[in-house]
Amino acid sequence: MSSSIIELEHVDAGYPGAVILRDVSFEVKRGEVFILLGGSGCGKSTIMKHMIGLNPILAGTLRVAGMEWSAKTRDALFHKIGVMYQSGALFGSMTCLENVMLPLEEFTRLKRAARRDRAMELLADVGLADAAGKLPSEISGGMRKRAAIARAMALDPEIVFLDEPSAGLDPISSSSLDDLVLKLRETKGMTFVVVTHELPSIFKIADRAAMFDKARHGMIALGSPSELREKSEDAFVRKFFNRGESHG
Amino acid sequence: MKPLEALGRRACEFAESTRENLAFLGETTACALGMLVHPGRFRLRDAALAFERASFDALPVTTGIGFLLGLILAFESAAALRMFGVEVYVSDLLAIGLFRELGPLVTAIVLAGRTGSAFAAEIGAMKVDEELDALTTMGLPPVRFLVMPRVVAAVAAMPVLTIFAELAGLIGGAIVLSMMDVPTPVFWRHVADVSTVFTISFGIVKGAFFGALVGLVGCAAGMRTTTAADGVGRAATSAVVGGIVAIAVADGLLAYLCYLWNI
Repeated sequence: MSSSIIELEHVDAGYPGAVILRDVSFEVKRGEVFILLGGSGCGKSTIMKHMIGLNPILAGTLRVAGMEWSAKTRDALFHKIGVMYQSGALFGSMTCLENVMLPLEEFTRLKRAARRDRAMELLADVGLADAAGKLPSEISGGMRKRAAIARAMALDPEIVFLDEPSAGLDPISSSSLDDLVLKLRETKGMTFVVVTHELPSIFKIADRAAMFDKARHGMIALGSPSELREKSEDAFVRKFFNRGESHG
Repeated sequence: MKPLEALGRRACEFAESTRENLAFLGETTACALGMLVHPGRFRLRDAALAFERASFDALPVTTGIGFLLGLILAFESAAALRMFGVEVYVSDLLAIGLFRELGPLVTAIVLAGRTGSAFAAEIGAMKVDEELDALTTMGLPPVRFLVMPRVVAAVAAMPVLTIFAELAGLIGGAIVLSMMDVPTPVFWRHVADVSTVFTISFGIVKGAFFGALVGLVGCAAGMRTTTAADGVGRAATSAVVGGIVAIAVADGLLAYLCYLWNI
């Protein structure tokens, strides 16, 4: 089994008629926490949307779990990934428990009681056992994101994508979400790809990171956060990381 | 050059929007056919909830409008027929007009304003909140999950609403005619004489067809919502306008076909 779970080779990212990032190449190894980082509008969420199969790449090759996104591989690939969106994207008419049970209901043959037990187990893993019966509107932003992580993990995906997990959270909630990512990586062995520009989070959870720059329309650095901060010769990368030196 | 550019841009936008609508219609049709093969995939609970909101919650407004429609039609037509001393035939006019045409038409317009816009706003808000993306990446097609239950609910709600609107319209007419010294039993006798099973079921089937149009247009508008600040509002407006235009065009076509086939 290859040690790389995601491979990008000379990928152009963006939308038809609007290339945002050019010639992006990197790989994500199994079991690592990999960060996509950069300033606002640099294309980090765009590249994540390519990775999770929402938008097709404009050029190059993108392989997830050894497969390229296509109409034939789409369903299989969707079961290998779990995604937590920036807002949580929980379904408002369903309780947290029902949200987590949804993928189990649709894609497993588990009986209702077994689905419920599995969903409760997942909610307990993210520290939300007490909020199982609550609607998303009745819980805090941090709790919504935790519930979304539980839902993302429902089908035991190989890769979990987190889009801006710290956005809109206070530093304590954000830090506890980082702890959760590390705990899940440790206990479940999943690969995490995280889109963020929060330096404290990056230094706490990341094994490696790829940094993108809006002005140069491409990837400008790849490595561990400490390598990027200490050894990068790129002025933009140094400036970005020095901003967070006090956090490091 | 600028007017030409604007014209070209409009043409491209129209072509793109037509392509999107056709793709949506194709996807919905494929999904509906798929559900005939795998009925277990239908989200019955979501459809029941949407049906309750589209039908029972809309009964007061639909019945009220139907009642007023009957009242106004009776007053206006009685004024003309009275000159010939045949105001009793207002009942015939009302029954045929409501059952064949006005009942389903007015009910569908109310459904477009109330339910079509709600469908667009609900789905639009979900799109802005990335819930549609979440469904997609869970491997659940949003059309199956969100569109099918709502379209089925709109189709099922229309006959219920249409029947209530038509009955309320007839009651309104009966009240007006009783004020003009036409006995109520005579009014209902005339209504029964002209109301064939075909006339009544024709209106109900037509209503269900309009319901499908309202549901489809509302859901399509929701699915096309942009993340701009006014995205959801625009989607709701587009659902109402598009729904009413679709109903009017479909009704015109049906009227022409009925004329051709002598129905």
